[in-house]
Amino acid sequence: MNVDRITEKLNILADAAKYDVSCASSGSKRKNENKGLGNASNGICHSYTEDGRCVSLLKILLTNHCIFDCAYCVSRKNNDIQRAAFTVQEVVDLTINFYRRNYIEGLFLSSGIFKDADYTMERLVRIAKKLRTEHKFNGYIHLKSIPGASDELMNEAGLYADRLSVNLEMPTEAGLKLLAPDKNQADMIKPMGYIRNAIIQRTEEKKLFKKAPIFAPAGQSTQVIIGATPENDNEVLHSANYFYKNFNLRRVYYSGYVPVLADSRLPALNTSVPMVRENRLYQADWLMRFYGFKVNEIVNDSQPNLDLDIDPKLSWAIRNMQAFPVNINKADLQMILRVPGIGLLSAQKIVKARMFGKLNWDQLKKMGVALNRAKYFVTCNSNEFERRDLTGSNIKQFILATSQSKYLKNTQVQLSLF
Amino acid sequence: MMTTLVYDGTFEGLLTSVFEVYDRKLDRVNLQKTRLDSNALFEDKLNVITDNGRANRVLKGLKQKISSMGLQRLYSAHLAEMDGEDNNLLGYIRYAFDARQNIEEDYGNKFVLRVSEVVRMVRREKHRMEAFVRFQKLKDGLFYAAVEPDFNVLPLLIRHFKSRYADQKWIIYDIKRKYGIYYNLHNCEYISLDFANESKPGDVVAAFTEDEEIYQHLWKNYFTSVNIPSRKNTKLHVRHIPKRYWKHLTEKI
Repeated sequence: MNVDRITEKLNILADAAKYDVSCASSGSKRKNENKGLGNASNGICHSYTEDGRCVSLLKILLTNHCIFDCAYCVSRKNNDIQRAAFTVQEVVDLTINFYRRNYIEGLFLSSGIFKDADYTMERLVRIAKKLRTEHKFNGYIHLKSIPGASDELMNEAGLYADRLSVNLEMPTEAGLKLLAPDKNQADMIKPMGYIRNAIIQRTEEKKLFKKAPIFAPAGQSTQVIIGATPENDNEVLHSANYFYKNFNLRRVYYSGYVPVLADSRLPALNTSVPMVRENRLYQADWLMRFYGFKVNEIVNDSQPNLDLDIDPKLSWAIRNMQAFPVNINKADLQMILRVPGIGLLSAQKIVKARMFGKLNWDQLKKMGVALNRAKYFVTCNSNEFERRDLTGSNIKQFILATSQSKYLKNTQVQLSLF
Repeated sequence: MMTTLVYDGTFEGLLTSVFEVYDRKLDRVNLQKTRLDSNALFEDKLNVITDNGRANRVLKGLKQKISSMGLQRLYSAHLAEMDGEDNNLLGYIRYAFDARQNIEEDYGNKFVLRVSEVVRMVRREKHRMEAFVRFQKLKDGLFYAAVEPDFNVLPLLIRHFKSRYADQKWIIYDIKRKYGIYYNLHNCEYISLDFANESKPGDVVAAFTEDEEIYQHLWKNYFTSVNIPSRKNTKLHVRHIPKRYWKHLTEKI
């Protein structure tokens, strides 16, 4: 093995892949039944980079040679960078050896498009196949669906991979046309539709024949880049909602645009990464998936953007004061989930614990409820609660005054005038 | 009158203590492990001698009061070996026995809530170990990892690592508690190594296979390459990997 050459390739091709934020290694149920290597049943983050993102998979590009010229992408055709390509065997060896040392949960393999879609997809599938069949590897494999790849290859990909994903890149078709003139959304949606149908069909087969092969057990995901084009949060979240509903996606990832290239169509190079906005979008995404919120309740035409200084749940609550206060000891789980400061786990605990007796402030606090926010919105087994007729904006002021955003630490301390 | 019960720290010892509490109709009890010395003057001190027969009777009774999942949780809370938690475990068991219904989800009760907190802490440590174990391949093909978990979680790790690394021999060694688990391609066994020579990291390095250092080097390179400097967030980084784990993490050494 030529260590220097491999190191160089790894550096180039890991660096080029890092802007893909998908990191999940959960949601699959592949077991180690053949006394082979690994399983893919539980998501584990094996390490964390200095920017605080999890490292769960060996995330690399097969190659960063690309025939496309997408403005936002470091690997674009006209960008003057070092190019490299792994061989099939090199990727297999890296995956197996990293996995055996418990560095990773599996492989996340993406690629620049060289020659054409099928040629590229065929290489990705070949690596997954080799890992599964020759090395009895049962760890997690996430493959990129290359837009425009044929149904036959997508079918084969689904047989070996746990998860497949196509990146929509831009939240709207107009945004995509502006920055990625070579791509079109129809090409991206086609493999996504194929996989969706195949998963539904295979799940039905599995019900009839236990031995039927599993097909992309961890489903599909996608990613949209935030802040490179002028879409507002209303458009971003409605687009995410559309793909959740119509393509049964497991996850939509929101990637704050990191300015890496100078281009008149893009934000300037010194623009900061929209990290707060990205965080708010994820919070909104969680509200849609786990808390029973409809996308229209979070953003709509009169409320096109998420509040940056407070989270979307609190923001919804102070716009809908008529729904509060909620009686902790009586309300439905669905309503308790809507209280700011109460998370999924606390809500479930509350509903179970109150069967044994009414709950008070102290018990709520110990269960993990953030009372500094929740106290304005609930009543419990106590005479003390916020009786004052506070308006939504009063509450917002009180909460902001008593808490500090985790993002403020990165900004400079305000200078005193005197 | 407060009675102090002193037991040997084993789970069977804990169950035997429960037996004593009911057998002697004790009310106010302070349970502690042998190593703690108490100097309180006016108290009854009772040494509990672990008795498997009695422990089993308590276990049988407990199974009728809580689910097998609940029992598993109680066991892992005990494994934590946290100071001062014995009384909470005892309180939990007594509450379970004295109640008519299953109390596992009565989070309004202080014992139930505390046990659920301790269980969460132990599970988190177990999960961290599943993530932070770094095997090093030795010349004889054995994969070796040293760890120093906050709690005694090795027994909880066996199932995960056994099913994951079914085709390689491995050892996970708890340096702090001086014992390890060894998988020999068939079963897992508890071992303790004589570290007279091997305690120095240099000796482990000398036993590496030839490609071990190459893969460590590649992994460190990978770890640096995937970082995005313009998103640097040290506070978040340290919250996810607290510094006390760094010395056994290949990428952080």
